[in-house]
Amino acid sequence: MTALLEVRNLRLSYPSRGWRSKTPEVLRGVSLEIAPGDTLGLVGESGSGKTTLGRAILGLATPTAGTITFDGRDITHLGPKQRRSLARDIQVVFQDPYTSLNPTLTIADILAEPLIAQGTDPAEARTSVGRLLDQVGMPVDALHRYPREFSGGQRQRVAIARALALEPRLIVCDEPVSALDLSTQARVLDLLIDIQRRTGVAYLFITHDLAVVRHVSHRIAVMYRGELVETGDTAAVTTSPSNDYTRNLLLASPTADPDRQRERREARRLARSAAASA
Amino acid sequence: MTVPDVDTATAPVVETAVRPRRGAWRRLLRKPLGIGALLVLVAIIVLGLLEPVLSQHDSALANLQKVNADVGEPGYLLGADQFGRDIWARVLSSINVSVASALIGAGVAVVLGTVFGLIAGYIGKRTGATLSWVFELLMTFPALILILVLQPVTGGSYKVTMVIFGVFLAPGLFRLVRNLVVGVRNELYVDAARVAGLSNRRILSRHVLYVVRGPIIITAAFLGTAAIGVQAGLAFLGVGSSQQVSFGAMTADAFGNIYVKPVQMVWPSLFLALLTGSLVLLGNAYRDVLAAPQGAVAPGGRRAKRRPAAASPSAPGDVLPQDVTAGDHAPSVGSAATATVAALAAAESAGGALLAVRNLRVGYPQVDGSVRDVVKGVSLDVAAGEIVGLVGESGSGKSQTAFSILGLLPRQARVTADVLRVDGQDLQGLGPGGMGKLRGSVLAYIPQEPMANLDPSFTIGSQLVEGLRGIPKREAEQTVLDLLDRVGIVDPRRTFKSYPHQISGGMAQRALIAGAVAPRPKLLIADEPTTALDVTVQAEILDLLRDLQNEFHMGVLLVTHNFGVVADLCDRVLVMQEGELVEGGDVRSIFHAPQHPYTQQLIGAILDEETVRTDPTPTSTGTTAPALTKGGAR
Amino acid sequence: MLPYLFRRLGAGIVLVFLVTGITFALTYTADIPVARNILGPQATDEQIAILNARLGLDKPLWEQYTDWLGGLFHGDLGKSYFSGQDVTDALTSRLPVTLSVVVVAMIITLLASTALGIASAARRGWLDNLLQGISTISFVFPGIILGIALVYVFAIELRWVPATGYTKLADDPRAWFSSVILPAIVLSIGGIAALAAQVRGSLIDELDREYVRTLRARGVSERSLLLKHALRNAAGPALTTFSLQFISIFGAALFVEKIFALPGYGSYAFNATLQGDLPALLGVTVFGVLLVVIVNLLVDLAQGWLNPKARLA
Repeated sequence: MTALLEVRNLRLSYPSRGWRSKTPEVLRGVSLEIAPGDTLGLVGESGSGKTTLGRAILGLATPTAGTITFDGRDITHLGPKQRRSLARDIQVVFQDPYTSLNPTLTIADILAEPLIAQGTDPAEARTSVGRLLDQVGMPVDALHRYPREFSGGQRQRVAIARALALEPRLIVCDEPVSALDLSTQARVLDLLIDIQRRTGVAYLFITHDLAVVRHVSHRIAVMYRGELVETGDTAAVTTSPSNDYTRNLLLASPTADPDRQRERREARRLARSAAASA
Repeated sequence: MTVPDVDTATAPVVETAVRPRRGAWRRLLRKPLGIGALLVLVAIIVLGLLEPVLSQHDSALANLQKVNADVGEPGYLLGADQFGRDIWARVLSSINVSVASALIGAGVAVVLGTVFGLIAGYIGKRTGATLSWVFELLMTFPALILILVLQPVTGGSYKVTMVIFGVFLAPGLFRLVRNLVVGVRNELYVDAARVAGLSNRRILSRHVLYVVRGPIIITAAFLGTAAIGVQAGLAFLGVGSSQQVSFGAMTADAFGNIYVKPVQMVWPSLFLALLTGSLVLLGNAYRDVLAAPQGAVAPGGRRAKRRPAAASPSAPGDVLPQDVTAGDHAPSVGSAATATVAALAAAESAGGALLAVRNLRVGYPQVDGSVRDVVKGVSLDVAAGEIVGLVGESGSGKSQTAFSILGLLPRQARVTADVLRVDGQDLQGLGPGGMGKLRGSVLAYIPQEPMANLDPSFTIGSQLVEGLRGIPKREAEQTVLDLLDRVGIVDPRRTFKSYPHQISGGMAQRALIAGAVAPRPKLLIADEPTTALDVTVQAEILDLLRDLQNEFHMGVLLVTHNFGVVADLCDRVLVMQEGELVEGGDVRSIFHAPQHPYTQQLIGAILDEETVRTDPTPTSTGTTAPALTKGGAR
Repeated sequence: MLPYLFRRLGAGIVLVFLVTGITFALTYTADIPVARNILGPQATDEQIAILNARLGLDKPLWEQYTDWLGGLFHGDLGKSYFSGQDVTDALTSRLPVTLSVVVVAMIITLLASTALGIASAARRGWLDNLLQGISTISFVFPGIILGIALVYVFAIELRWVPATGYTKLADDPRAWFSSVILPAIVLSIGGIAALAAQVRGSLIDELDREYVRTLRARGVSERSLLLKHALRNAAGPALTTFSLQFISIFGAALFVEKIFALPGYGSYAFNATLQGDLPALLGVTVFGVLLVVIVNLLVDLAQGWLNPKARLA
């Protein structure tokens, strides 16, 4: 299986304010691969660099070293023109469905935007947006309304439809369900899985939530302070982690069952005191 | 995980679908102030334009026969000044001068400020920093001095003077545009547009210019009045050509003649005031229109990470009324079909409970005069030493319930209850003073976002000590230091002296917990106390809360949306939906045998830990195998 | 903090060079017949050439400018073309007049706007309308009309204060005060409305913040919340507005001095303007810029004291 996306030894530090102060690296040599149709879950806590990695792949942040290869082509440093044409292959769904849709545009405008940007005839683009809404399970009469008329879950569906407009091969999902309520979250995840089965799109699924990542990912990569500490099949990583940090993470996330949570709490306390005495 | 797909059902859309911005001018014209100001402004400008038709004399023509002629003198509508010049003609000419001044001054400022503001805001980095530096420099220079100094250069032309003045007005607009553009550029929808392959030019015209247009128009109105004022002031003082007629020159002439003909002072003042006044009021009215809720396209900050407050209500057909109030206060919509569970957890008599609430209602007055209830008759008890979880999705009213017990709702909230009692004290009977006393002793609160809940300008120690009243300062400081140590802060003395920005989020939350338990409260109300924290920190904070609760034997009301947190900490659980309690009971029975359909739906939506995605990637096999396998029995 | 202050000071110096340079260049290109203005229309070309040489006006622009800068280094701003008076001396002796008016105006602005801002943030309601009213009036009636109205009412009709003229503070403090109070009020009206609105807005923003709610939950009094916590955090943005206001008040003071016939910078600058007296104009510019730089530095220091992040950085 050849990788669709291949990240090799990626490093990134944001430009510093003064020339004397050195900023710590946000990404410190990250390598990963995503196969076509695959979902790689990228887990980490705040400040681990997971969002920055996603932005680097999207061309929204500039790496200082390393390479990003998409379908055999180096896309680490693309010019604006090539980057724009890459939009056909790589798309994004952001965390916050409230700020990721321009409040002054109608749903139809929002969905047609990527099509028109890629040279589709505006009239033609307008006819195909209805199909897009259908794909994400939204009624077609939503087209002429504004984002604020919709709930968070519905807006996230619109954001997913926009990502699908150009029929990309990879979608970077940056915490796409973190801002949603529990029941909405489950439905949006099901939709994402369903779309993947139909279209064969690959996901880089960035999240802090282990339960979510377990649910959608074929493979999981765990990120800690700018480095990947563990990568592997979802079942392997979440049941028998090889890395201490991964183990801590698993023990720290509470489970929704009072009795099993008690056990987990005890296990975590044991692990901590063992670590302290060691 | 089989949840009915309800949030996509055809939604009855709220009919407040005002097209943002597009109808702003139309709405402006519907405001009496807006249309009035516009009419006055247009009338004055038209008078000026019709000068050749309306006046019978040249404004500079002096007729010695008509010196100080009275108002209504034939051919001299407003009389003549001390040189026998037609005041009406001079007023009309002055209007043109003032309008030209406003157009030149504001025009130069708008062009410079907008162009460079867009560049600095959108391109950013070095170019932006350099531009900002230049404009800041410009801003620190007293414009009027330079105008004065450059008079020999301008040759007395008010137009050149206004160009210079416009340059000095530009920094204000530059800052405005730059900040707006930086704000927009950081919006996710601009990132999304970039990923969608839009060119910079398209992003600027479609997404950025739209946002900055309104504020620029408003500011231009104010800059115009400033230019008019300065031009008049300069002319009054005799700076510039003495031949140039203007309101300033007219005022100066009238001032010199004030003992002879005071009425001459009235005309230039009146028309000048009408002109600037209508411009200012028009700007104000337009600002009000843009700020009004129905058209508000509040760009707003990004929502707090992982905070579900803004997420969708769960019922079918729900449309989030985001523009009513932000965040926690977003009221739920629609009437729930569920019956009110009047007294759920406790018996009718609320005698022994630490916290007793019966039939609590919280409502917010709406623009149309009605009151929208966000909490609809909630009754609950918390016993001493008991941890009760209050769960629900966003908009369920759980935070509103908690804050109404603390008495910390916004002032427009209307709170009523049959019983609202903490530790035997009736909260409704207490005045603000009594409530304050209760909050500093019996009642305590732990917030969600630790950083936002510490005053950035004071040290941690001084903030925490301030909550401890009635004991000597030294003693209070010692108490706080001991507590900081107790909540697991490694170097309490250093943290005591630190400012909030110097410590981490986890440490800040520990400090806030120390502050909450410092007066040894009997009831602790925690609003999503771990939602903003990383899971590893969350686990530690949960441990700390459990230990402290044991140690101090506090009753705890824990508001959360996270069932993991509930499972970890709570003895009992109350489930809220759309302002009503739908179910309550022992934590195990809620998790294992939920009765109410809504609770069942919520529990069903929890992503359980046994489910791991195992289906092969579709492109490699082409089969649609069952996606999820459930391992292990419950 | 210190590097920041140095940067601000550096920016001030750059400002002096830039502004004087521009003034120099523009005046030069305007080609004002200075010598002819001094000697009158009867003067011969020879006389004019001699005077030009004596004033250094025959030298190229660059040389004139560097000569002037050299003088500036030693605190010498040159002599007036017309009166021959030393510019530094003239400005130093006029400084107290302008400073009196400006400082009194700033104090009035600061006190009135803070009080008004706090009161309307705490009470809202009718005080808001008052604030709106003042702000609209200050916009609608330009300073000159307001100034004339005040002179008319208080000086001409009521005779409470002299209409024009200046008394030194050391000579008679009461007379000093009545000579500066009217111009100071005229100068402060616009600033009061703007600053009060700023204070009010910032205070309301702060009072809505979560830390205020948490402090309230700990039983901290409303008085302390408003006057200690909210005000401290609102003071930063208000100070920035205040420093910008100083600049405009200082500029406007030159004009108001003219209305009230006060012998400050205003009259000096006006005469210099009318005659094209370059050394005098440049002197006013330098003094103006220095004042602005000093006030900005003071405001920066106050900002640092208020904001622990800036202080500790």
